[in-house]
Amino acid sequence: MLILTCPNCGLAADETELSPGGEAHLKRFGPGSEDADFEGYLFHRANPKGVHFERWRHAYGCGKWFLAARDTATLEVFGTYPAQTTEPPAEIITRIRARHPDWSPT
Amino acid sequence: MSEMSALPGAVAGGLADISELGLQGMVTLKADLSAPETAAAVRAATGTAVPDRRRIIETETGAVAWMAPDELLILCAHDGADAMVTSLCNTLKGRHYLAVNVSDARAFFAIEGRGAREVLAKLAPVDLHPESFGPGEMRRTRLAQVPAAFWMTSGDSIRLICFRSVARYVFDCLAISARDGGEVGYF
Ligand SMILES: [Zn+2]
Repeated sequence: MLILTCPNCGLAADETELSPGGEAHLKRFGPGSEDADFEGYLFHRANPKGVHFERWRHAYGCGKWFLAARDTATLEVFGTYPAQTTEPPAEIITRIRARHPDWSPT
Repeated sequence: MSEMSALPGAVAGGLADISELGLQGMVTLKADLSAPETAAAVRAATGTAVPDRRRIIETETGAVAWMAPDELLILCAHDGADAMVTSLCNTLKGRHYLAVNVSDARAFFAIEGRGAREVLAKLAPVDLHPESFGPGEMRRTRLAQVPAAFWMTSGDSIRLICFRSVARYVFDCLAISARDGGEVGYF
């Protein structure tokens, strides 16, 4: 069971209240970009066993989007943070490093 | 405006008393909740302040509930909902907002009695222990397979709102959960 705290309403929400939104922090490549970049933006997603950053929506609750950092293998949650964040916050990185000293953002 | 609620007079009993509460005025307001203009408009329309995050404030004619960072639900008399929308529109004119009478898109239920918390706890992923949840908090969540929102008016009295299109489903879920013999005895 995955429980994520929605930063918009402050609730520790059960996974069944949430909708998954896929990988977080994607960089958009729009019209005029290189074909390979556009393809990557549309189709290529990280699927790590371990530390991962994701988008979630509190679908049955406040309805708002947020971002989460968690371990896909252990379901350990490193933290959640606002959707309007372009890269993982420092405190989240610190928490990840405490558990995975060798980990570095790709 | 509907003249009939979703399940007029529907009641069920057992661990708690379930009843459909008939027509209830409901107005959705989407706006910048931190803006003083929004607070003034809510005060003018309802007589109360903008509730804090996840809170519900009862008023003389209904209640004002926090639904999302940019959304409130105002409860009022069913035949007063249009006037409520007009009041909000007048005071918020020119600002970025949305006020809609959603009364007839919803169904409204009461769950009352000693088993009320337990009847609901079997259906929603919410900690309904008295130390975790009580009067004054508005909780939007999942009830079985559909969205719902509920709050408590006292220690053993719950009010629940769902979409009108799933009123029968929600009533049946609550009625089944309330059946005698289904006690869990956790609270
Ligand atoms: Zn939320």
